[in-house]
Amino acid sequence: MKRDDSKYLIIGNSVAAVAAVEAIRSKDSTGRITIISDEPYSVYSRPLITYFLSGKVDEKRMFYRDGGFCQRNKVVTILGERVMALYPQEKKVVLENGRGFHFDRLLLSTGGTPIIPQIEGKKLRGVFTFTCWNDARQVRDFIESQKIRRAVVVGGGLIGLKVTEALVELGVEVTVVELADRLLGATFDRKASELVKNYIKKFAISVLVNNTITGIKGENSTVCGATLRDGAVIDAQLIVFAIGVRPNASLAEEAGIEVNRGVIVDEQMETSVSDIYAAGDVAEGWDTLMHARRPLPIWPVAHRQGSIAGYNMAGFPKKYPGGFPMNSVELCGLPTISAGITDADQEGYEILQDYHPRERRYRKIVLLDNRVVGAIFVGNIDRAGIIIGLIKAGIDVRQFKDHLLSEDFGLLWLPQDYRKHIVEGPGIEV
Amino acid sequence: MALSLLCSEFVVERDEQKCIACQVCVRQCTNDVHTYDPENDQVTSDNSPCIGCHRCVTLCPTQAITISRNPLYFKENANWTPLAIRNVFKQAETGGVLLSGMGNDRPYPVYWDHILLNASQVTNPSIDPLREPMELRTYIGRKPDRLQIDSGKEPRLATRLSPQLVLETPILFSAMSYGSISYNACLSLARTAQQVGTFYNTGEGGLHPTLYQYGQSTIAQVASGRFGVHPEYLDTVAAIEIKIGQGAKPGIGGHLPGEKVNEEISYTRMIPTGTDALSPAPHHDIYSIEDLRQLIYALKEAICYEKPVGVKIAAVHNVAPIASGIVRAGADFVSIDGFRGGTGAAPTVIRDNVGIPIELALAAVDARLREEGIRHKASILAAGGIRNSADVIKAIALGADAVYIGTAALVALGCHLCQKCYTGKCNWGIATQDPYLTKRLNPNIGTRRLANLLRAWSLELKEMLGGMGINAIESLRGNREQLRGIGLTDTELKILGIKAAGEAW
Amino acid sequence: MRRIYINEDYCIGCRLCEIYCLVQHSHSQKIIKAYKEELPRPLARVLVEEQGYLSFALQCRHCEDAPCIEACITGAIGRDSNTGAVLCDENRCVGCWMCIMICPFGVINMNTEGKKVASKCDLCYGEEEPVCVKNCPNEALVYEER
Repeated sequence: MKRDDSKYLIIGNSVAAVAAVEAIRSKDSTGRITIISDEPYSVYSRPLITYFLSGKVDEKRMFYRDGGFCQRNKVVTILGERVMALYPQEKKVVLENGRGFHFDRLLLSTGGTPIIPQIEGKKLRGVFTFTCWNDARQVRDFIESQKIRRAVVVGGGLIGLKVTEALVELGVEVTVVELADRLLGATFDRKASELVKNYIKKFAISVLVNNTITGIKGENSTVCGATLRDGAVIDAQLIVFAIGVRPNASLAEEAGIEVNRGVIVDEQMETSVSDIYAAGDVAEGWDTLMHARRPLPIWPVAHRQGSIAGYNMAGFPKKYPGGFPMNSVELCGLPTISAGITDADQEGYEILQDYHPRERRYRKIVLLDNRVVGAIFVGNIDRAGIIIGLIKAGIDVRQFKDHLLSEDFGLLWLPQDYRKHIVEGPGIEV
Repeated sequence: MALSLLCSEFVVERDEQKCIACQVCVRQCTNDVHTYDPENDQVTSDNSPCIGCHRCVTLCPTQAITISRNPLYFKENANWTPLAIRNVFKQAETGGVLLSGMGNDRPYPVYWDHILLNASQVTNPSIDPLREPMELRTYIGRKPDRLQIDSGKEPRLATRLSPQLVLETPILFSAMSYGSISYNACLSLARTAQQVGTFYNTGEGGLHPTLYQYGQSTIAQVASGRFGVHPEYLDTVAAIEIKIGQGAKPGIGGHLPGEKVNEEISYTRMIPTGTDALSPAPHHDIYSIEDLRQLIYALKEAICYEKPVGVKIAAVHNVAPIASGIVRAGADFVSIDGFRGGTGAAPTVIRDNVGIPIELALAAVDARLREEGIRHKASILAAGGIRNSADVIKAIALGADAVYIGTAALVALGCHLCQKCYTGKCNWGIATQDPYLTKRLNPNIGTRRLANLLRAWSLELKEMLGGMGINAIESLRGNREQLRGIGLTDTELKILGIKAAGEAW
Repeated sequence: MRRIYINEDYCIGCRLCEIYCLVQHSHSQKIIKAYKEELPRPLARVLVEEQGYLSFALQCRHCEDAPCIEACITGAIGRDSNTGAVLCDENRCVGCWMCIMICPFGVINMNTEGKKVASKCDLCYGEEEPVCVKNCPNEALVYEER
């Protein structure tokens, strides 16, 4: 084997890559593994970038695995280099600098790319997206050097609000501009959105819904304000776009691999080309609730897919049964969890809820055919995992439906067989 | 409701410095003695319902609770003791028969404590059980009048022996029914009997199918209610005992209240759920020794003479001639239950006043059977008031083949002798059928504790035997020369058949 | 690995497991002090579920295929290579509660006092036997290799 040839080649260096490495190494302790990443860092945790921005997490704690991870697992890393082309026939990738790498099996875990709208002023200094460590560093340096006081965050989703939280902690006044009629529209229902909106307003955060920015105003090629769709102008020295991420699938697409929104994979995380796998935000996994293939850009799914891909790459067939969206986010001290189908108004769905807006507590469970398909928890998230476990297990809840939202709901209410199965064994089997 | 004149029997004291309001006591007490007040995060106790079972004291993680006798002072009166006064109060309030659990607790003489054992000195050497073999194995059943041996090339026993129970230690578990005690208690007894090589007794509770696997360690009782008696029951077990009477309540039947007859018990006893299980005072088909003989042989026929059939009676004044009749009626063993034997429920007045001590009854029966030359025709099992290995060895020297232990076994399982078995609220999970309480007795722990007890007593038996220079328990049976009485009258010594301490052989 | 196994048939609902767990995870590790002086009171990492006569003590199952390890965004939750226990490094935890979201047993709690961290059973790291098992009066909890 030549120096640059690998049995396993992984493009991307986040959680799916780590999970794949750990899976491969549990079955194959010698096969050469190479990771290529366009970021210059050893593996770090992307969700921590807002914590890094606010200063809650320092440089050292950003790393997802300790410094010895690559050495222990005998992984060669090529960092800060971008893969320009993939040649499936020749089983080869080529870097920007022309260097080529052959592989036996390839994992694409290239994640997502932030979306930036095509508007005037998007190239000005002070306009950022927010998905990687460098974004966080740049925003932080910019705020420090320019003594930024006011910012606009475009997008009221999870990333937008987490950035907002971090900015507020740095003493920046933030206006959140959301195109939809409410915050967190993708994961929350109206009541939960309202709760969060009313809550974060207490932290000097302005929220504008049904609105977006149509232009960015600049002075000396630096941001000085934003024009809104309704014509109003907001004074701001920093604009952060957090309107979403799309799978970073261009490499696959150009190589002729089947791509929909993300790279299409089968149950073993293999793409339309054999020996090439995809996992994480770049892939389109199976959504067990929607019964459709779609990107599920969430951390645990990326981990699981990476791990499944790793086992299959090492020759140990394992299937990914699919997943469903779920998220846990604490915003300015208010814990929230959402999972599955949270905003169902069609017929057939049954809603259970426990709503106390004054105490900022809201719990909602969505049922379909007596099975839990979605849940929202705001304020009180105790033991939320049990409910989310029921979504996954597809347990018929008819017998204990009335207790799902009671204070003492627990495993005790579950059917005895299921309970004994999960409690008496070696933990949960996946 | 008028004021009750009964003041609390116990005082529950809580050391506030130590109490952490963890509420373990609140959760464990079925009598609602302890209450938690969330307003000031404090646990308080009400003395009056306390029965002194020590459940809370035992489980309190900071030893914050102590329970003492209420020192409340009645004017001294040798005749009208506080107990006598309280009993009158109770009956004046309820108009009912006073009930009690466990055995007679009155201060009658305990003869065991007036009997001393012998040991070898110089003339006959003692035996060290750690160095030399020591036999505790005992056979229960009818022994032949004589042995015939065919002396061919290889000598062979020509006499056909009656069926025998083999005990690896001369201690059996007394009859305690599933119903009076919990399933977990029964299971603990059954498992221990199997493990140690002895037997437990079903009482009149029948045999739950899940206990069939311990059948060869089970003695099945057939009592006046005939509960749970069916061919499979008799086939499964190792021996049968016809129960005529019980030491705690001679002449009285049994009564398992309907609330304890849950589905499992109903199935085991073959009676409808929720109905009272009434065992009549007499067997309605036994009015004479001849009638008893019929039942003994009916059962022997049913089991093809393959297992011993015994008869259990309470120790009463006429116990010796009755036992003689029982042996002549064909019983392979006679169980005699002294007046300190326990019960799940008995009228207190019966428990405390009827019957005689096992020590006297046992001595009388053994002597009578010897006199009549029929001692070998049946084994004697002594029951009712055996508290330790010394009691066991004294019983055997007085003439018993083996002893039954009931109360001692329950104490090993956690019983604190609060004597409230009849309430069904046993905090130790023994004498109850409440599923919240029965869980408190983990049969794995129960089995371990019972097996430990038998092991410990067996070791002590060997030590005592060795000291007497005897190397097999069967050589001690009826060997009253090994016993001496102390502080006893001539009549008592005569009945016990032992010399006074200080008299030589 | 050695795990805590639950036998619900023998759980008597006394909650001594919770009490001893709390003490074990207190500063003083002294029962009276932990309850009376340490405020806010430390959290127990075992929970007794109870309904009627049915009860059992539940703590982290230390799953073979632990979903919390996958869900943890910081890498704070990981498996101890010696004991196999799933442990949370409270210094790295940022309190995102992904683990609470994904644990199907509901055995990870928010510790909201001081630095917010996920609080879970650590099998009493360093002890021969977890204190809940050691102090269960009825052996409803056992710690063994199966």
